[in-house]
Amino acid sequence: MTKRELIEAVINERSSIPRREAEALVNSVFASLAEALARGERIEIRGFGSFIVKRRNAREGLNPKTGEVVSVMAKRVPFFKAGKELKQRVDRQPAEMTAPAAAPTGVAVPQATAAVVQNEG
Amino acid sequence: MTKADIVERIYERAKASKKDASDVVDLVFELIKARLEAGEKVKLSGFGNFVVNAKRPRKGRNPQTGEEIIISGRRVLSFKASQVLKNAINDGLRPVDGGNGAAAGQAGAPVDQHPASR
Repeated sequence: MTKRELIEAVINERSSIPRREAEALVNSVFASLAEALARGERIEIRGFGSFIVKRRNAREGLNPKTGEVVSVMAKRVPFFKAGKELKQRVDRQPAEMTAPAAAPTGVAVPQATAAVVQNEG
Repeated sequence: MTKADIVERIYERAKASKKDASDVVDLVFELIKARLEAGEKVKLSGFGNFVVNAKRPRKGRNPQTGEEIIISGRRVLSFKASQVLKNAINDGLRPVDGGNGAAAGQAGAPVDQHPASR
């Protein structure tokens, strides 16, 4: 799915919201996320996940082409950590499709098993 | 920042009611979740991509007991920030330093510092 398709999906779900407005809102959502991260803020969307900005110290790097030593400046790098609900939803289907040993019969306890497995990882 | 803060920040900018803004914010995250759950990639230009990766089963160890276990195959989510977002996060923090590609995104101008890209 692309941002365009996301906007279309929003319009389909809420026909009461004018198209222009839906476009502006969806674009503003991501713009506001980017701005918050640029300010170094942490973003927490319950059920979805959180975005944080980590610092990377300056270091000496090598140009892989020439082998020459270059100095790499300190920088900030964005990270995303999926929330519990999203993690479980993403992992649900393959557990049933690709791990026949784990679920010999159709015992429907995806939530409980997912939680146990995660602790082991 | 939480969803409520996002709503506060965007409703005026988009000339929308708070109600519409709040509905759209909820929908955006719900729709993204649904697509990722279906194993689909979500590409948000200017922000980043969410990708679902399949992991094969592998051997691991319980660090507490030392017992060997099989970690089952699973699907995990990863987010890759776009270059635009990375630049925005570093903007102002760092002057352009020659040689490092990460610094080359001031105004989207393709600064060609690498002799190899002929």
